[in-house]
Amino acid sequence: MDALALHRDGESWRIDLQGDWSLAALPQIDLQLERLPGPMSGTLVCDWSRVEHPGIGTVWALLTRLSEVGGAQGLVVRHEGDPPHTVPLLQKLHLELCTAHGTRAVAVPTEEGFVENLGRWTVLQGTEAGRLLGFFGRIAAVLGGGFRRPSALRFSSVVRHVQETGVSAIPIVSLIAFLISVVVAYLGAQQLAKFGATIFVVDLVTIAVLREMGVLLTAIIVAGRSGSAFAAEIGVMQLNEEIDALRAMGMNPIELLVVPRVLGLIIALPCLTIIADAMGLAGGGLLCLVQLHIPPAQFIVRLREALSPTTFWAGLVKAPVFALLISMVGAYRGMQVRDSARELGRLTTMAVVQSIFLVILADAFFAVLFEQIDF
Amino acid sequence: MELQAGMEPRDAAPHAPLPSDEPVVRVRGLVSRFGTQVVHDGLSFEVRRNEIMGVVGGSGAGKSVLLHTILGLREPQAGTVEVFGRDIRELSPAERLAMARAYGVTFQSGALVSSLSVAENIQLPLREAYTLLESVLDDLVQLNLSLVGLAPDVAGKYPAQLSGGMVKRAALARALSLEPKLLFLDEPTSGLDPISAADFDALLLYLHGELKLTVVMITHDLDSLFRTCDRVSVIVDGRMVTDTLPGLLKSTNPWIHEYFHGPRARAAEQAAALAPEAPRG
Repeated sequence: MDALALHRDGESWRIDLQGDWSLAALPQIDLQLERLPGPMSGTLVCDWSRVEHPGIGTVWALLTRLSEVGGAQGLVVRHEGDPPHTVPLLQKLHLELCTAHGTRAVAVPTEEGFVENLGRWTVLQGTEAGRLLGFFGRIAAVLGGGFRRPSALRFSSVVRHVQETGVSAIPIVSLIAFLISVVVAYLGAQQLAKFGATIFVVDLVTIAVLREMGVLLTAIIVAGRSGSAFAAEIGVMQLNEEIDALRAMGMNPIELLVVPRVLGLIIALPCLTIIADAMGLAGGGLLCLVQLHIPPAQFIVRLREALSPTTFWAGLVKAPVFALLISMVGAYRGMQVRDSARELGRLTTMAVVQSIFLVILADAFFAVLFEQIDF
Repeated sequence: MELQAGMEPRDAAPHAPLPSDEPVVRVRGLVSRFGTQVVHDGLSFEVRRNEIMGVVGGSGAGKSVLLHTILGLREPQAGTVEVFGRDIRELSPAERLAMARAYGVTFQSGALVSSLSVAENIQLPLREAYTLLESVLDDLVQLNLSLVGLAPDVAGKYPAQLSGGMVKRAALARALSLEPKLLFLDEPTSGLDPISAADFDALLLYLHGELKLTVVMITHDLDSLFRTCDRVSVIVDGRMVTDTLPGLLKSTNPWIHEYFHGPRARAAEQAAALAPEAPRG
């Protein structure tokens, strides 16, 4: 059933409105309103006597459309037959809106060229790097102040973060280190068997685990676990204005929130790395025993021959650096959260992605450095 | 008149007609407990059609718990809640959805979706409920912004860019977007300066008159209570005392007496008595 029917009567118009005029019927009503012939002049009578459930949005759509087709021609609209009580109100609001419309400025979007975008991006990355450096400086300042005033380092808070980022990560780190080294040993055994050199599986596994995989896997797991947690915790505090409140009370949020996390992770990550190393060696040893029938005693003898004194340290020394990168990026992104839940999600994601990227980049630097100094 | 076969009305009006004397909201024997702490102890509450009902009570008296229970966000330990004459616990999921579309709610802090602009916030319930053209949606955004007295250019702003008063109005615009007959407001004037709060009161009275809304308003704002409410319900000791303001002023209950005869209440009462009929805010 049509919601409206238009009749012409000499100089005047008449619209019979009928049926359901609730909000639910708005799509159909709007289509029919679109079909009203353009410019109308003279007088128009709207007959509401057969309308059920008149809504607000539908009346609004009718008034808007009538002013479109008749506004410029001075169309006079009268409402008859028990019009909805909202008609005068909506007419008034519509009139206000039309008079206000003239002053609305519309922003013209400008076309952006490739060079312009590249320039913007470069400047953005430059300022970003500068800010991150400034953030690092503020952390360093608090750490430096800690030498003079150890209470600034919040011992109990550091312990809590060691617990949360280190102790509770032990099961997952152990499991993954164990499984990955089993996989590496298995692949190595298959390849080395072609040369009859399966005993070198021990060299392969121990050097790979101690120098690279132990610390790198741990860092990546911790970046996913704790880097995201840092960003989310600090981000929500930022959304709740808790950080502003701390600042206003004369407390330094870097000292209170960021430094304990950084210190906690710098303690926790090397410990986790040692555990991952041990579990990795255990995994390699197990595979050697089961697959290659190398007994543990022989595995250990071969392990001692394969390792130089620095192998273990070459892995472990990277752990505090990775910890610093992960905790700093996480906390920095958390501090950047502003205004909305979507920002929180975006920056938490960014924290994880960037800290994993930085960890791998730093690992590459270490590889080159150790090669050069023959470590 | 052209008749087209097979064109049913899309769906029935979401709010089934009720006899006019039937209460819009009826809560009976409500018991709410958190562990051993009893918040509501056999509370009963009725809201009549087309009135503005204020709900007051001390901090922790269970005002927000009552609201959450009526909205079906919380399961009570005992008692029944009827909205539009239907027990909310007997509704099917589809009926529940239709019910939720028949009332509007604003929360204390506005609860606008922070990652959406004001226009998108207002369109959100409309998009969920109906399939509408973009141009129609834009028109409806303008309508709802006009109704709550916000300028058209607010549509493109994000909640974080709005002042406290604008957030409350934008939240009201969102609550009104599905054209409800019943409106729940949780502390609509808290955190507003007296001028914005008075404007909001005027807006509420105006919408109540023009759109024939039934309003349930939780508030601590005594000025608001005196200026807008037809009746006021007070939660005392887990039960509800409902009366008109003159009735409550004569109450002998110590808490109610203290509430309505404290220095702030007297000032608010005098201000309301002196204030002329509020114009639109």
